Amino acid sequence: MAEPASVSTAAAPTQGAAATAPAIHTVDLSKWFGHTIALAGLSMTVPRGEVFGFLGPNGAGKTTSVKLLLGLIKPTSGEAWLLGERIGDLRTRRRIGYMPELFRYQAWLSAREVLALHCELAPLPRSTWKEEISTALDTVGLSDRAGDRVATFSKGMQQRLGLAAALLGKPELVFLDEPTSALDPVGRHDVREIIRELSERGTAVFLNSHLLSEVEQVCDRVAVVDHGRVIAAGTMDELLSGTAVRVRVGGLDDGEKSKLAAFGPRDDEGEHLTFTKLDIERVPELVSAIVALGGRVYEVAPRHQTLEDRFLQLLHEDT
Amino acid sequence: MPPVLVFAKLTVQEASRRRLLIALMILTLIVVGISAWGFNKITTVPRSDGSLPSHTEVVLISSQLLIFVVFMYSGVLALSAAVVAAPLISSEVESGMLLSMLARPVRRSEVVIGKWLGLAVLVAIYAVGSAALELAAVDWATGYFPPHPVELVVYVGLEGLALLSLGLMLSTRFSGITGGVIALVAWLMAWIGGIVGDIGTGLQNQAVESVGIISRLFLPTDGLWRGAVNAMEPDVVLAQLRAAGTFGRANPFAALDPPPFAFLMWVVVWFSVMLGLSIWSFRTREI
Repeated sequence: MAEPASVSTAAAPTQGAAATAPAIHTVDLSKWFGHTIALAGLSMTVPRGEVFGFLGPNGAGKTTSVKLLLGLIKPTSGEAWLLGERIGDLRTRRRIGYMPELFRYQAWLSAREVLALHCELAPLPRSTWKEEISTALDTVGLSDRAGDRVATFSKGMQQRLGLAAALLGKPELVFLDEPTSALDPVGRHDVREIIRELSERGTAVFLNSHLLSEVEQVCDRVAVVDHGRVIAAGTMDELLSGTAVRVRVGGLDDGEKSKLAAFGPRDDEGEHLTFTKLDIERVPELVSAIVALGGRVYEVAPRHQTLEDRFLQLLHEDT
Repeated sequence: MPPVLVFAKLTVQEASRRRLLIALMILTLIVVGISAWGFNKITTVPRSDGSLPSHTEVVLISSQLLIFVVFMYSGVLALSAAVVAAPLISSEVESGMLLSMLARPVRRSEVVIGKWLGLAVLVAIYAVGSAALELAAVDWATGYFPPHPVELVVYVGLEGLALLSLGLMLSTRFSGITGGVIALVAWLMAWIGGIVGDIGTGLQNQAVESVGIISRLFLPTDGLWRGAVNAMEPDVVLAQLRAAGTFGRANPFAALDPPPFAFLMWVVVWFSVMLGLSIWSFRTREI
């Protein structure tokens, strides 16, 4: 298992170092809502230009983390810096793009007007608006609907518009909170391309997503959060070094399957059992054990661990 | 453009694009048309002996009828507080619309002040526009024109703005439905509080009289409404009210005197407190 969360022992970035400071740096960031803990001591560092995946089940604290970093809610304890400045600093927000999980835009405005509103609030020089808006609309594939009211947009189109708003002004850091939740496969592919382009031009991307295959394809590094804590973090190679084994098996009831616990965390999909982290050397032993329990083995498929395998393994270990 | 003006513009733009302004304009034109017809009848409907009302009678009837018509307009503003101001912030928080805007270099105070300014512009447009049309119609129909038209517009506008300010403050914490109901009930309670205070004046009972004072301190709408009423009362009506003594005051559609200077100062303080509360409430709210 990788080290938890690029755990940082570094102190606050100094003023002069702001230009080279990490995109995100947090130290023991915590948030309580009444008696409920939403985030328990998040410490992490996201370097400039990195695509960072933030994973976790529902209610794990992902959106809370984004809102804390953006200064929309206040931390109960801990500290954090974005681009070398403390969270909540207004000037830093000029250099940040954000697409919220709840994406809703003024239905009575056109797509172009919504983006002009964000140019105004950003604030970008008026002389750049036309090009910024045109580029953003083109990037998300909404150029032909620029003059249409948002009220006529599908959810997917509104999400594309949200992404366009986040891209305005060439931000140095972009937060994308479930950016493809309303998109079709083509839209998801487009978003992945946009994220790659952002990374190529040096923009750091903080990606909150449930879609593990998506994260796996675009992220340089990920952190897995559960119950408000980071339970694992690292590069894809560090996280996905193990092997997963998928077995098609018959003749085993739940009680017999539970006797296979010695082979590690298991994802049970009826006749398909996936052992999310199992050394390939133990495959013969696993097959023998299944047969000994009275099961019939139809297929054994070892493979490199996917992010989903690893994710399920981590959550299994965490509970 | 500073963020305050951006949010003010957005508020006016929303009211315009959602056709609120055009709906209010059409409704106002309908009301003005009907009331002009009605006012005209005052001058032409004969008594039982076949004679037409005298000029003094026309002035008396027109001034009283105009007060009721203007009361309807103030009611429209009160309802606007419920439907426009009360969900103004809460609905955008609930829908997530504010999230992407608040992540910009924008202070929450700028959002609140901007939206308040936008509401003030809307109230001013409605108050000036509807008053100009209605007073012109009444003047055409009866030849009667209230003695203080500017004060009338200012008081009715401030009454509407007071309720919209209350609605906006409530919208920083409560849902639109809850805030709207509270604003509407508060308006009616303040109105009743004013009547109770008048009864206290009539009975020369200080305890009952203070009910009116306290209600005007909490929500100055009734005090402002009385200012509007006073601005509409011709001398002949004021003379009759004076003749009736203190009991003549126990009437929500009558006002012997314009609002005292101290009350107007309190209105300024009240607006500042309401705006300050709204900013504090929104700033401390976690979104």
